[in-house]
Amino acid sequence: MDAGLLSSAITVIFFVLFIAIVIWAFYGGNKKKFEDAGNLPFEEDAAETRKPN
Amino acid sequence: MEATYNYKVVRQFAIMTIVWGIVGMLVGVILAAQLIWPTMTEALGPLAPYLSYGRIRPLHTNAVIFAFGGSALFATSLYVVQRTCQARVLSDGLASFVFWGWQLVILLAAITLPMGFTSSKEYAELEWPIDILIAVVWVAYGVLFFGTIMKRKTQHIYVANWFFGAYIVTIALLHIVNSAELPVTLTKSYSAYAGVHDAMVQWWYGHNAVGFFLTTAFLGMMYYFIPKQAGRPIFSYRLSIVHFWALNFIYMWAGPHHLMYTALPDWAQSLGMVFSLMLIAPSWGGMMNGIMTLSGAWHKLRTDPILKFLITAMSFYGMSTFEGPMMSVKTVNALSHYTEWTIGHVHSGALGWVAMISIGSLYHLIPRLFGREEMYSVKMINTHFWMSTIGVVLYIAALWIAGVAQGLMWRATNSDGTLTYSFAQSVNAMYPFYTIRLIGGTLFFAGMLLMAYNVWKTIAAGKAVNDARIPQAVAA
Repeated sequence: MDAGLLSSAITVIFFVLFIAIVIWAFYGGNKKKFEDAGNLPFEEDAAETRKPN
Repeated sequence: MEATYNYKVVRQFAIMTIVWGIVGMLVGVILAAQLIWPTMTEALGPLAPYLSYGRIRPLHTNAVIFAFGGSALFATSLYVVQRTCQARVLSDGLASFVFWGWQLVILLAAITLPMGFTSSKEYAELEWPIDILIAVVWVAYGVLFFGTIMKRKTQHIYVANWFFGAYIVTIALLHIVNSAELPVTLTKSYSAYAGVHDAMVQWWYGHNAVGFFLTTAFLGMMYYFIPKQAGRPIFSYRLSIVHFWALNFIYMWAGPHHLMYTALPDWAQSLGMVFSLMLIAPSWGGMMNGIMTLSGAWHKLRTDPILKFLITAMSFYGMSTFEGPMMSVKTVNALSHYTEWTIGHVHSGALGWVAMISIGSLYHLIPRLFGREEMYSVKMINTHFWMSTIGVVLYIAALWIAGVAQGLMWRATNSDGTLTYSFAQSVNAMYPFYTIRLIGGTLFFAGMLLMAYNVWKTIAAGKAVNDARIPQAVAA
């Protein structure tokens, strides 16, 4: 396999991989999971307000 | 012990961010003045060589990027990773090592650069013993950061940590590859690469230092501090995932745009240009994501100067990530390269985006680290915001005009093919713009002094927080 073929193959693999990531990110079944993840910075605070002081 | 966060290392880096910001920007102001009055430091007699333009210019870039920007990133990344993973840093000892190691790197830079020790690679000027120290501290930082992620109590790794993680891994790779060099003496080394290979490796490093140090990492800051300050989650978490991967896939290949019309093969130049143009998409996607987080709460922007800093930073991010790809277009580059336009572009990113997102994040962070509800004076934050914004606008507008004028003067020819202007004439035409730039830069610098005072008063009235408890309930 020469270098040109290898770079072409890698380019195609990266492109397909990226498309797969986009589909995964916007796949309906993952909606709830990602919305929960977006709330991570706030879950800490909810717990902290219960902190005895 | 296990149930609290390590705020000490965050506090140390947060304070040093302000200190190094002031130092680095002061050197910048001196440089701007030297361009107007080139002999101003000669009055210092035997000390003059140490403050000559060629020596303190790398001091300025190293100080603002790695000392100011670096400290801001250490502070915020170590704060964010602990809080979003709900875990204390992997090791307190390692955290101290990273802090003191990095300060030693900065100190050595501040000594060796004015003395004239340099490897002459832009943004990688430090000589080989310091390069080794940087590599050691950086690997320790990586272990600290990823070790903290590994002991997280949350299931998901929050997006800000992905950005910080990519930055840590990439900077290690860039630094180690680009710094491959052959030592001759303790203070002198030669690059392992030669000729055009050296140039390509250098700008692969140089551009990705911009891409991963000054962009990806500060986006990590954006993804935590904008939602926190706005009190609402990021506009689209899914977009943030695509933003992250798109940036990572594309950024690595944009470096050749620094070498247009050089000995670099033409195909590599075109590749660099195409990838630079593609970068507009993820950059603007990320910018929208940050700004739209305020959607439905725009009124907060009127009353909260910290949000003003953060959102204005996003606007400058959008502006400079549009300008950058434009400048990488070969025909535009033919005009803009080697002119002041480039310096203007860099500062629109460095002051408008990097410094302002850091300042906003620090104003959010400092009261929390010192047990205060808010900063000593919110009004002063607002004044600081306007000083910074007006300062940047003056700076970049002056250098846009200066750069275009310079480029046009250099390329102007008479009908017989001779140059219309001598080089000295183009230098002479720069005076008014250099003066406006100095005013803008000084204003930005003065804003940092105001910030330092505000932080000082906040700390004086507060008490270092060492008992911030980690929530016991395991979050999703």
